[in-house]
Amino acid sequence: MFESLSQLALQHYWWIIISTLAGLLVFLLFVQGGQTLIYTLGKTAQEQTILVNSLGRKWEFTFTVLVVFGAGFFASFPLFYSTSFGGAYWVWMAILFCFVLQAFSYEYRSKPNNFLGKRTFEIFLLINGFGGTVLLGTAVATLFTGANFSISMDNLANEQNFIISQWTNAAHGLEAVLDLRNLALGLAVFFLARVLALLYFANNVDQAAINERVKKQLLINAIPFVFFFLAFVISIFLSKGYAYDPNTKVVFMEKFKYFKNLIEMPVAGLLFLVGVLMVLGGIALNLLKGSDKGIWYSGIGTIVTVFTLFIILGFNNTAFYPSQYDLQSSITIENGSSSHYTLTAMSYVSLFVPVVAVYMFFAWKAINNKKIDVAEIESESHVY
Amino acid sequence: MDTNIDLTLVDWSRAQFALTAMYHWIFVPLTLGLGFLVAFMETMYVKTGDPEWKRITKFWMTLFGINFAIGVATGIILEFQFGTNWSNYSWFVGDIFGAPLAVEGILAFFMESTFIAIMFFGWNKVSKKSHLFATWLTAIGANLSALWILVANAWMQFPAGMHFNPDTARNEMVNFWEVLFSPFAINKFLHTISSGFVLASVFVVGISAWFLLKKREIVFAKKSIVVAAVFGIISSVYLAFTGDGSARLVANKQPMKFAAFEGLYNGHVGVPITAFGVVSGQQNEKENYLPNITVKIEIPNLLSYLAYLDPNAYVPGINDLINGNPEQGIMSAKEKIERGKLARQTFKEFRLAKSQKDSIKYAELKTKMLDKSFQENYFKYFGYSFINSPNELIPSIPLTFYSFRIMIFLGFYFILFFILVLIFTFKNNIENKKWFLRLAIISIPLAYIAGQAGWIVAEVGRQPWVIQDYLPTMAAVSHISSSAVQVTFWLFGLIFTALLIAEIKIMTTQIKNGPKI
Ligand code: HDD
Ligand code: HEM
Ligand code: HEM
Repeated sequence: MFESLSQLALQHYWWIIISTLAGLLVFLLFVQGGQTLIYTLGKTAQEQTILVNSLGRKWEFTFTVLVVFGAGFFASFPLFYSTSFGGAYWVWMAILFCFVLQAFSYEYRSKPNNFLGKRTFEIFLLINGFGGTVLLGTAVATLFTGANFSISMDNLANEQNFIISQWTNAAHGLEAVLDLRNLALGLAVFFLARVLALLYFANNVDQAAINERVKKQLLINAIPFVFFFLAFVISIFLSKGYAYDPNTKVVFMEKFKYFKNLIEMPVAGLLFLVGVLMVLGGIALNLLKGSDKGIWYSGIGTIVTVFTLFIILGFNNTAFYPSQYDLQSSITIENGSSSHYTLTAMSYVSLFVPVVAVYMFFAWKAINNKKIDVAEIESESHVY
Repeated sequence: MDTNIDLTLVDWSRAQFALTAMYHWIFVPLTLGLGFLVAFMETMYVKTGDPEWKRITKFWMTLFGINFAIGVATGIILEFQFGTNWSNYSWFVGDIFGAPLAVEGILAFFMESTFIAIMFFGWNKVSKKSHLFATWLTAIGANLSALWILVANAWMQFPAGMHFNPDTARNEMVNFWEVLFSPFAINKFLHTISSGFVLASVFVVGISAWFLLKKREIVFAKKSIVVAAVFGIISSVYLAFTGDGSARLVANKQPMKFAAFEGLYNGHVGVPITAFGVVSGQQNEKENYLPNITVKIEIPNLLSYLAYLDPNAYVPGINDLINGNPEQGIMSAKEKIERGKLARQTFKEFRLAKSQKDSIKYAELKTKMLDKSFQENYFKYFGYSFINSPNELIPSIPLTFYSFRIMIFLGFYFILFFILVLIFTFKNNIENKKWFLRLAIISIPLAYIAGQAGWIVAEVGRQPWVIQDYLPTMAAVSHISSSAVQVTFWLFGLIFTALLIAEIKIMTTQIKNGPKI
């Protein structure tokens, strides 16, 4: 069935998958957000243990989605993988470090004789919480604002200089922080992760003192989130975007490109509005109604919003990884993708995704069917 | 090579990859085997309802979790390193290589990480049967992730199911099944997971032996030993079979690696195997000077038999592969390099025609390049166009030679080991055999050594190729400075070493505390 689709259709299909994974990943970053709140919300050792365990049963989801996002991107759009990862070396390495630090910290934190001490593992979780979110947000923003690279397939025939993708400055990605728009998205993701974490705790933890503090923190984090998010979105919508001509494939700058994409793809425009409203609605539900269901609205809203941001980035003849150095090196879903055969083969594999989603949902429910409280932690044999 | 690619960059990138891969391989084999051992134990618990089995299961499961966490931490670096450090590689073969990585994520990692949550936190939350099911799926998920990554690795050793597309300047997949079911992939998968099973069985026997020596938890220890010994004997015999299969494939498809296994310089018929030998002299890449194998103990005709199932078969040596041997139909390295350069020249002209929009020349050259005879006689050697001197084609002989011997020796040792465990268990006197209990403890690090040695054989032995004959390692790198890679190398080295220490300390403490009620 997939083999009869055109190359362009398959490229769109895979961009939709990548966008979905991106949405899911940003939602699951609530684990990272939560890690930055452990000391704010938990004042006693026991409260901190409750918070850590509440997050600790979820970190694998975030981590695995990150890994699958990377591998999926590699398989479907390898040109991005080879250009961005090898070029913006420092940014990606910094992100990797932040996540490496997380993978063992839960398991090792409270184990006796753990060499580095409980405190160190908690600091690792903090680093992961701050760095993971801000850096990922900043890196994603460069998909809108552009990066410094050139690509030439001719290089492979060249004895002297056979590397296809070259980064054109020595900062290797660190230059991204110079663009305020990148930082704005980084910070927006950071505060969003904290907001989502607060909503998650409200839903998952049953401990009066913690729940009290959650309420207070919610507004404190929601305001900067809204500010940075609007700053990013408005500046992106007002600035020029990287478009290409579908016939000649020539890349050029177009005014208001990303905003135009929302209008020209009304479904995406609508989804974007719905997503943003759901995020805000979830927060309002908790703040005004004292409900603990806000996480579901804000969570789904986050997935939908990030999804549409990726759609306007890759669809409608837009270059999803633009080069500021050489416009024509910019990567699009058309010139950066795998072959028709590979995309087809992988599309069959993607049919398993719903199966994965179903068992993940049931596993999540099985573990979450009861809120975490003091009694639960004391009766549990595997405690972080 | 006269390029403006800094060779130290290549060396540091290799060192970083080797470092992270070898650290990953400290944790992964235990996960692969212990996952199943825990699943067997829990099955016993569900079948018999005996709470002792639950205690046993939970104890080994705790160790599983401690080990698993670092496996994940080291794995993520490996995956992203293909982009960060081998970016040319990622484009040149990403169309084929990316797919197994993505499939691994979708089909294996999700399964493993979802069910592991139930395995650890579900004891009081789901039914006994569901919990057992989750434990099994965790083990299966771990082994499925091994399957896909090994398919990817086997493909690098024996590229199949693809062709070169000059328009996109990369290799493209044309047959997924050839990639997945290549004999290399299947053999590699079976040999590697069974090595994990052996390691985990040795681990469980060794730690149980410690309890017996301390006269603690006798019932627990003996029960654990029974499960591990049965699993261990089956896997270790199977391991030797699949290892033999690996060797045969290498002999056929990577003759240079095979010659390096044996330090075989001059090929002939009826080649003996060197059971023991010492490598003397320094290997020199610039001149045609190779170390020699002295002090040999040989078993006649065995190598010929091993490689081709014929005691009198011809096995080519390093010199034959470098200088060529027309009698045996072996092309010389020089000839291959020339053909590779011609393939590259054609490709260069093609790119020029493409960029100058010379549509006639473009069409003509494209037809030429896609022609089957050109692909088989010239493009096949494209990778050789990066090689300047034939000596670059010889891998490190001492490393490969010794590692191979260490692995095989230990392989037979483990078979013997498990036979003894079974005999003593059967006679029910294992707790009295102090010498054997001590030996069992010492055997734990040996299992780790065997596995690392195996990977050195496989990966160092295939140098200078990152993809056999298509892409040398040095042409696979990213456009970064070697100092950047040095920084990340030391950072990874530091953090992984700290983690390893933490792991060992936590594990030993957990072991000393023993199983809980
Ligand atoms: C406990 C570990 C262990 C033990 C005892 C053995 N192996 Fe092994 N071997 C491995 C662990 C391993 C491994 C780590 O799993 C490797 C590395 C790459 C691979 O495919 O598997 C490997 C690779 C490997 C290779 C290279 C494959 C390649 O280059 O692609 C050969 C030829 C053998 N093995 C052969 C054997 C033989 C004949 C053994 C005798 C019993 C043996 N191994 C025991
Ligand atoms: C986890 C088990 C593995 C170990 C211990 C291991 C070990 C090594 C070692 C020692 C080297 C250095 C060789 C040299 O530079 O001389 C190396 C290189 C490399 N290996 Fe592996 N390897 C493992 C698995 C894999 C797998 C599964 C893949 C691919 C899917 C892979 C791909 C590579 C690459 C790309 C290099 C760098 C290029 C090179 O130097 O060959 N390795 N590995
Ligand atoms: C060099 C290539 C390799 C890459 C890129 C790689 C990648 C990864 C990644 C990203 C993870 C973390 C997954 C998660 O989020 O749960 C991981 C874990 C794992 N990998 Fe690897 N891996 C490599 C080599 C291997 C080999 C050779 C094997 C087995 C033969 C293996 C088996 C596993 C298993 C079983 C896990 C689960 C965690 C653990 O066992 O501790 N990997 N790997």
